Amino acid sequence: MAQMTMIQAITDALRTELRRDPTVLVFGEDVGHVGGVFRATEGLQKEFGEERVFDTPLAESGIGGLAVGLGVQGFRPVAEIQFIGFIFEVMDSIVAQAARMRYRSGGRYNSPIVFRTPYGAGVKSPELHSDPLEGLLAQTPGIKVVVPSNPYDAKGLLISAIRDNDPVFFVEHLKLYRSIKGEVPEGEYTIPLGKANVVKEGKDVTIITYGAMVHTSLEAAKLIEQERGVSVEVIDLRTIKPLDMETVIASVQKTNRAIVVQEAQRSAGVAAEVIAQINEKAILHLEAPVLRCAPPDTVIAFPQIEDEWVPNAARIVHTLKQVLDF
Amino acid sequence: MANAAVGKDYSVKLQPVEMLKVLSPEGKIINEDMVPDLTDDQLREIMRRMVFTRAWDKRAVSLQRQGRLGFYAPVSGQEASMIASEFATQKEDFICPGYRDMPQLVWHGYPMYQAFLYSRGHQHGGEIPEGVNVLLPQIIIGAQIVQAAGVAMGFKLKKQKNVVVAYTGDGGSSQGDFYEGLNFAGAFNLPVVFIVQNNQYAISTPRSKQTAAETIAQKAIAAGIRGIQVDGMDALAVYKATHDAVERARNGEGPTLIETVTYRFGPHSMSGDDPSKYRTKDEQGEWENIDPLIRMRKYLESKGLWSEEEENQVMEEAKATVNEQIKKAEQTPKMTIEGLIDSMFEVTPPDLEEQKALYAAAKGDK
Repeated sequence: MAQMTMIQAITDALRTELRRDPTVLVFGEDVGHVGGVFRATEGLQKEFGEERVFDTPLAESGIGGLAVGLGVQGFRPVAEIQFIGFIFEVMDSIVAQAARMRYRSGGRYNSPIVFRTPYGAGVKSPELHSDPLEGLLAQTPGIKVVVPSNPYDAKGLLISAIRDNDPVFFVEHLKLYRSIKGEVPEGEYTIPLGKANVVKEGKDVTIITYGAMVHTSLEAAKLIEQERGVSVEVIDLRTIKPLDMETVIASVQKTNRAIVVQEAQRSAGVAAEVIAQINEKAILHLEAPVLRCAPPDTVIAFPQIEDEWVPNAARIVHTLKQVLDF
Repeated sequence: MANAAVGKDYSVKLQPVEMLKVLSPEGKIINEDMVPDLTDDQLREIMRRMVFTRAWDKRAVSLQRQGRLGFYAPVSGQEASMIASEFATQKEDFICPGYRDMPQLVWHGYPMYQAFLYSRGHQHGGEIPEGVNVLLPQIIIGAQIVQAAGVAMGFKLKKQKNVVVAYTGDGGSSQGDFYEGLNFAGAFNLPVVFIVQNNQYAISTPRSKQTAAETIAQKAIAAGIRGIQVDGMDALAVYKATHDAVERARNGEGPTLIETVTYRFGPHSMSGDDPSKYRTKDEQGEWENIDPLIRMRKYLESKGLWSEEEENQVMEEAKATVNEQIKKAEQTPKMTIEGLIDSMFEVTPPDLEEQKALYAAAKGDK
């Protein structure tokens, strides 16, 4: 099995689907000739031609509209939005058009579109490149939101997203693109959307998280296990809309204590939703309130202090202790 | 500053835009070279559709007042612009409409009772039948323009010789999506025709406040595509401009922007708009004098192709059709929350299944 970075796994997923299905199209700003600003589409135009892998003019709303129109024509567009902050320019296409197409047309049309976009703190990118905006999309009816945490998942989830007949917002963490390598099988495999992954089993407390925070949470788990001799379970949600509450509830019923760790601002996000559902489904199993470890409700910190803004292992350990000592 | 005054003027200049006209308001041919190639039957059919649409519009306005229709945007005054342009398309061509463009959809094959259901807020209204190549009426002004580029690229990739016709208004031409759509169409050389029905007002905002550009047609130039301004009260001119643009697009000769200069006789919509607040009776009267139906009627009468009797017959036919179609809409069973939930995704995910059950369980507690 090949060792790949997440960016290589993403390219591999795109190549696999471009080979398998002639209706798959890959486009966006700089994705064709140069292979994307992060080289996620490197070599794809050469292999599949300019009709299937191409550069667009610099206009995100145009890219979104193109994807919606191509979806109506039976294509499977994979549209890259160069950085997550630019989605505001294409919000209409994603939220008001693609996400509603099936509903508005009573199923006559659909939007089998993947909007791929990089995000995430930790690489000191300029403003509006790294904002954790996944919660905005998770609140949108009609769209699925996927956040992979490692190369193996990225490939399997992206293939599932491309094959899905409804729109998927696929968010790739900048810090994970090249910082970790993992084993990635050749060829086709899928990881179902809407299924979480228990990345570490434990019995005393559960950390529910996703994206780059999976790695920070594992680090925190190790620290507190050494310090306290407790056993921590870590769940990688993988898909934040729809949520796999079955896996979460099963874990909470076992550990009776939980925290949610997210890179996005504290309020009204994934953590709030996970906690609301634990409250609805497992309140009598809880020995302590479910707490959030998340940045404050500010605009994402400027690069100089972004590492302090995003939860780190020490802050996660602090939150775990509050739950364990309740 | 001084240099700017005395130096050579390097600024980009635009040639004056000349409006394409074929028929005078009196129904006389004023531009022999540009008379479209239409048979007598086709000419009569365009007139029949315009008269039918006028009667349908009148009836729809009163149905709305009776509470039998929901949102309705009247179309009277724009019949030449709407109907003669759609008449230049083939059934396999694709229409991307704005919310006022119900006539083009219906004449392209979308059942009228579904247009009524859409207005009444029923999901089946949006369920375009197979084989009818139209998108749903677009509410977000301009979104249909960028989508039209995508639908057109689909035709091009499938090597299908079909064309997309997208409609918006003078207000729509101010949207960012309008420019993005035109630019994408030009950059990818797509088979699409953009029709801006310049009816002089975006709700209440006049055309003069919409843009400093002298015409909307000239906005094509910045995108590097063909642009043409046409008398939108003249069915023959609209047909000619659209037909030429559609056939060029079909032959891979690229997109065109058509500005049809027209007027809506009625309010923006039936939801409380009062045109007397932003335009004068005199102005309205001037436009009513150049009614597209009057000039086409005069032209056809001069050729012995139309009569009052025939016109009355078409109006009766329209009334009967509207009555039958509104009944069909009214008799369509009400939709359900469960059905709505199940229409969000191809396969309803577990969270929505759970919410469906929650809804059903709470139904009894009133």
